[in-house]
Amino acid sequence: MKKYLPHLPQIIIISFIVTLFFIALKIDIAASTIFNDLVVRLILNSVVVVSLIPMVNSGAGLNFGVPVGAVSGLLGMVITANAGGKGLLGFFCSIAVSMPFAIVAGAIYGRILNKVKGREEIAATFIGFSIVSIMCLFWVVAPFTHPQMVWILGQSGLRNTIGLKDFWEKSLYHFMQFRIGELIIPVGSFMFIGMILLFLFLFSRTKTGMMMNAAGENESFARINGVNIEGIRILSVIISTTLVAIGTCIYAQQYGFIELYDAPLMASFPAVSALLLGGSSGKRFFLRHALLGVVLYQSLYLLSLPVANMLLMPQMAEIIRMIVTSCIILYALAKISHVSEEA
Amino acid sequence: MINSPIDNRQSTIRTINPTPFFFAVLSIVAFYYSGLNLQFVANEVIIRVVRNSLLVLALVIPVIAGMGLNFSIIIGAMCAQAGWIIMLDLKVPGIYGISGAVFSGVIISIICGYAIGTYLNRVKGREMIATIIIGILGAGIYEFIFLVGYGSFIRSHNSEMLLSRGVGIRDMVDLAPYRNIIDKLWLMDIHGIEFPLFMLFIAGIAAVVLKFMLSTRLGQQFRAVGIDRMSAELAGINTDNTRIKAIIISTVFACLGQIIFLQNIGMVNVYTAHMNSDIFSCAAILAGGATIREAKIRHVFIGIFLFHSLYIVTPQAGQNMFANAALGEYFRSFIAYGSIAMAILLNIRVERQKANT
Repeated sequence: MKKYLPHLPQIIIISFIVTLFFIALKIDIAASTIFNDLVVRLILNSVVVVSLIPMVNSGAGLNFGVPVGAVSGLLGMVITANAGGKGLLGFFCSIAVSMPFAIVAGAIYGRILNKVKGREEIAATFIGFSIVSIMCLFWVVAPFTHPQMVWILGQSGLRNTIGLKDFWEKSLYHFMQFRIGELIIPVGSFMFIGMILLFLFLFSRTKTGMMMNAAGENESFARINGVNIEGIRILSVIISTTLVAIGTCIYAQQYGFIELYDAPLMASFPAVSALLLGGSSGKRFFLRHALLGVVLYQSLYLLSLPVANMLLMPQMAEIIRMIVTSCIILYALAKISHVSEEA
Repeated sequence: MINSPIDNRQSTIRTINPTPFFFAVLSIVAFYYSGLNLQFVANEVIIRVVRNSLLVLALVIPVIAGMGLNFSIIIGAMCAQAGWIIMLDLKVPGIYGISGAVFSGVIISIICGYAIGTYLNRVKGREMIATIIIGILGAGIYEFIFLVGYGSFIRSHNSEMLLSRGVGIRDMVDLAPYRNIIDKLWLMDIHGIEFPLFMLFIAGIAAVVLKFMLSTRLGQQFRAVGIDRMSAELAGINTDNTRIKAIIISTVFACLGQIIFLQNIGMVNVYTAHMNSDIFSCAAILAGGATIREAKIRHVFIGIFLFHSLYIVTPQAGQNMFANAALGEYFRSFIAYGSIAMAILLNIRVERQKANT
């Protein structure tokens, strides 16, 4: 039964959310607006959070290298948009185009992580930072020509943010969208994200998936049983990177802008924090942990926005998010180290 | 950096870290293409040595104590900004203000350093990632205090610093009351290159103090803990306590460094001045030939000289070679992140090879 009890950060965050929720209702924000916004935020962020699971479970550590996948997604989208992709087809094309980049990047990234076993977090963080700054160079010199993507006046290179209004903004969100009263139910988005979750669930039931979990739970035991640890870890990194690329495409589609340059630099920390907030008592993470985590994390951010605005301090929401994000990661790091020292 | 120094054949001989040469070549090439005047570059480099030396010196002790690069020197930088803001708030003039800023900054950074050190003792082996996250947490708390707290639950004594809404400090506050008090002391001019001797003297003093500290008993304890924690514990050293001391000293150095930095610039960008101070300092010490396990005082000065020469010339070089100044800026941040990533990867591999043999 102990397994299902919420742990300390969850209790704090939930009580915080409940308080904020009542304040939000008190300042006349409709519950339906909150619901719709939450749905949007879940579409924006859930895939990236879920993407961390294969890597954690295979023992390759928390993926602080989210930018590796994110830039692959950006690359796919920019290429598709430059070729004139439009509508829902354009959106799916962008995912398809980003896939090979994500797989190659994931394979290299996985190889590097295998070399730094035990110190994956810090290595991944700086691999992520480095790849973002390499891609900054690329965005400047890349030979893209679409007039809505490059700077209008002289300056070479892509714009900081590329509006997707004339490409595929919210195409998935509007696909099969229902309204119940004031509630908006984007069935298309739910189905797409649901398919990704289903894939991960089914994958964890296959032989390879089970080997992956075994590698994470007890490496030496798995090795004795003939699991190719290095290979399986690289595979898990490839899956994670690919999912991040898909998540980035979904994010841009929903948000309506492709954000280049420094935008993905700090992408890892909120995602890792959300997963850890969902938490698990053991070593293994399940999809439900990721989903619970992303719901809690995003509702906290969502509800702190109107309250911060009420207090005439709109920066408050971002500050609270920074503090919460880092506190959760620090708490989890201390807990992981405590466990590993006892073992 | 290109030729990894972990060849078995070489490991018996004392290997030379190729990173400084790499940076030197890169700087010279970039300088050639930038077309900048040598005098200008020399002046800029001297200013940056003055500004950054203490911040980078702050990294030495944690590396020696085996805790890796201490990215939480950004907390020390924020303590320094807090010190300046307190003095501006209380309107303490002149040299008293500078001493007051030093005093209050150091007090706050000792407290923060103690807290960070205590936490880092709970995450042994993961110190570097922990210090990065601590930096983010610190930035959050800092913004909370000065953007939300100042003027609401912290009473403001100086209405000039307030934002027009009455809560929060303005993005930029002027250090005019303290400008040029110590900067222009003992200024020497040789062929148009200005040497602010007093400031260089301070940097030198700091280096000597650090050198002395490393030769004392405490310094030997740092080394012992850094080489092998278990045997240090067996030899009767309180390792946890030693590690806390290492972080406190590092934070205080960073705080003093940022006080000098801001004093030299002449204003405080309240919410952005501390940003990247951790990354650039770490990149600088690595450029000088330090690794995650080994740092010497000469690495600090060689590193600042090389990294900041590159830093100054790249935007202009990017402008001349590719007609785009932004390219140079992205290139230098790539160099900063890339050299830290390389240092981490190489170091972990060396450690594993040692563990295997």
